[in-house]
Amino acid sequence: MSEALIKYIDTPHPVTGVTNSKLAIWLFLATEVMLFGGLFSAYIILRSGDPSWPHGSEFLDIKLATINTMVLITSSVTMVMAWASLMMKNLSKFRLHMGITIILSFVFLVIKYFEYSHKIHLEYYPKTHNFFGIYYTLTGLHGLHILGGVFVNLYFLITSGKAWREAPTLFTGRVEAAGLYWHFVDLVWIFLFPALYLL
Amino acid sequence: MSHDQDSHHEHKLSFIQKYIFSVDHKVIGIQYGITALVFLFIGFVLMMLMRWQLAYPDQPMPILGSLFPNGMPEGLMSPDFYNELGAMHGTIMIFLGVVPLGVGAFGNYLVPLQVGAPDMAFPKMNAASYWTYFVGGVVMFASFFLAEGGAAQSGWTSYPPLSVLAGEGQTFWLVGMIFLITSSLLGSVNIVVTIIQLRAPGLSFFKLPFHVWAQFVTSFLLLLAFPPLEAAGVLQLMDRVAGTSFFMPSGLVMGETVLDIAGGGNVVLYQHLFWFLAHPEVYVLILPAIGLITEIIATNTRKPLYGYKTIIYAAIFLGFMSFLVWAHHMFMTGMGTVMSDFFQVTTMIISVPSVVILTVLIITLWGSSIRFTLPMHFALAFLPMFAIGGLTGLPLGLTASDIYLHDTYYVIGHFHYVVAPGTLFALFAAVYHWYPKATGRKMSSFWGKMHFWGSFISINFVFFPMLLQGISHLNRRMYNFPLTGEGTTLWDIYPHAASIQDLNVIISIAAWVLGAFQLIFIVNFFLSMKFGKKAGDNPWEATTLEWATPTPPPHGNFLTEPSVYRGPYEYSVPGEEQDFSPQHIPPKPA
Repeated sequence: MSEALIKYIDTPHPVTGVTNSKLAIWLFLATEVMLFGGLFSAYIILRSGDPSWPHGSEFLDIKLATINTMVLITSSVTMVMAWASLMMKNLSKFRLHMGITIILSFVFLVIKYFEYSHKIHLEYYPKTHNFFGIYYTLTGLHGLHILGGVFVNLYFLITSGKAWREAPTLFTGRVEAAGLYWHFVDLVWIFLFPALYLL
Repeated sequence: MSHDQDSHHEHKLSFIQKYIFSVDHKVIGIQYGITALVFLFIGFVLMMLMRWQLAYPDQPMPILGSLFPNGMPEGLMSPDFYNELGAMHGTIMIFLGVVPLGVGAFGNYLVPLQVGAPDMAFPKMNAASYWTYFVGGVVMFASFFLAEGGAAQSGWTSYPPLSVLAGEGQTFWLVGMIFLITSSLLGSVNIVVTIIQLRAPGLSFFKLPFHVWAQFVTSFLLLLAFPPLEAAGVLQLMDRVAGTSFFMPSGLVMGETVLDIAGGGNVVLYQHLFWFLAHPEVYVLILPAIGLITEIIATNTRKPLYGYKTIIYAAIFLGFMSFLVWAHHMFMTGMGTVMSDFFQVTTMIISVPSVVILTVLIITLWGSSIRFTLPMHFALAFLPMFAIGGLTGLPLGLTASDIYLHDTYYVIGHFHYVVAPGTLFALFAAVYHWYPKATGRKMSSFWGKMHFWGSFISINFVFFPMLLQGISHLNRRMYNFPLTGEGTTLWDIYPHAASIQDLNVIISIAAWVLGAFQLIFIVNFFLSMKFGKKAGDNPWEATTLEWATPTPPPHGNFLTEPSVYRGPYEYSVPGEEQDFSPQHIPPKPA
């Protein structure tokens, strides 16, 4: 009832040039920047105040993390292609690219699982040293963000037939918003990788 | 997502759809309002219990004492329980009471109406925001009963290492905070998008009522300041649950044993992250209140607001500066004089826009024939109370005087003057002012004025003596005056403060009287729904768009989409028939 009356759900506002949801997702990403900004600041302060802080490469597996970086970047590309397929009105291609994106997210999480279990096998727990504390906290929170993205993407993939039939512009806009979120999660990893593994 | 096939038609909603899981911004606003008022009352009751301990230490509390067998065995309050009450009073009042009332209730109810929108931009997200807040509140409150060792007891600030070592209640506190932060973020995204995207045709940014501007700035503060607290909360949760030492320095000793932790953490880091939220949070408390007051004052002075653009620029500048003053809460942490100087200067700068706002409101009163309506009573009381609150803050912002006043009752007096007779009076004014729009009836003016005078007089007897106690250097967060069983009293330790001991009794009695006067408000609030005087669509003869709707506004708000032709405060325009010119009515051609 009320939703039918609300404007700019699927068409952009003539002055701001964006739909409601696109503006909202940018605002949400601003809060995410502040969240990870706070955590990265905490990392910098903790590290600079602790002479026993190790180099990441001494304990962390750079090879696996590099593979994971590639996996995530590729998934960002397929995410864009999923959205582009919708813009070209090709639903089956959307499904293909969205499917690949989701599979790549799972690949990322599985590799992360092997990394974690290896660390735990070596008895490197969060309480062992603040280095590991930060490592588990930041990558764990990032992993939760990946998991959230997987759920959203899966939902779009499963309901894509109905959503595309009923409201194609709305659906395209939603996939674009999910894409912006996905690129952000990707970007966080691009910062996490050097900050934790390489420095 | 599924859109109902019949979504374009009016259809009967069940009671639960209409009043419980509603997506209508007005119902959600009222849900927020009533929940917040309940939490405000709970928070106040906690404080009234504490005041017994402060006024009559070590005397069993009659009747009520037997209700808390754990916290108050035989009516005697235990120190732990006192700490729980203190921590939860602050948490409940700020995060579950004042902010949800200012932003959740009035932001939700008024912003779509004042911008001429049919609803918030995301109605379902709006409902999700309320229910997340509700769950957060339940988690917080339940910690009194469910957590081992009772609720959180490390103050509303939850400084480590105390909070990391505290009982289970602190974990409840952190989980509850994560719910509340999520709720705030959902709500403020919604408000910002609604204001930017859904303004009615003709309603440019500089025709918005100041209240909308205030909510706009407030929402940005919430958006950008809350996530760092979330970061601090996550890190503290890791410290508590996973045994990390982010906030735990090496070699920490508790009970004569060195704690078995890795160490290397930084205690002050938490304070930085916390106050990076909590200082903007102060403006989250005050800005919506100022916005509401501005509407009420403009309506009741029948004059255009003096300096409409000035007050907007002041609010924007205030919001910006509020991110640069946080460490004035931390002068005593030994962070160094350079840092202290920086934050001292920014703190002095931020007082300028506050004074500008107050000046605008006071000059608006100049030369007007004021209608002394019930809401206007509270609005006028707000001005001097907020001024006292603001001015008493200056000595706290200067490092030299802060060293003396830090952590005394002066601090409590100062910020309560801002929040209680300041923000809360503004919120009461707003409840009285917009009640006719929401219900179609006015609240009883006689009982409302009883509530006003009773509250206004007694609240000053609560907080002004605290300023005196603080200047005599009486420390806050003290459980016992005098200390039990040792033969010494606190007044032996604090001989300089002995002369103001009796003030504690006065403060406590005033607090209980204040509580009694709130009962009038509660009764008036509910009885007026049924027996209040009937009010039309525009009982105060105001100009802004919310008064152009039917009363109470239906789902979808406006019968036809309004167009806006005028600024928000066109009162007593020369040549017009009435002394108010509503925004949606075009000026007559000359």
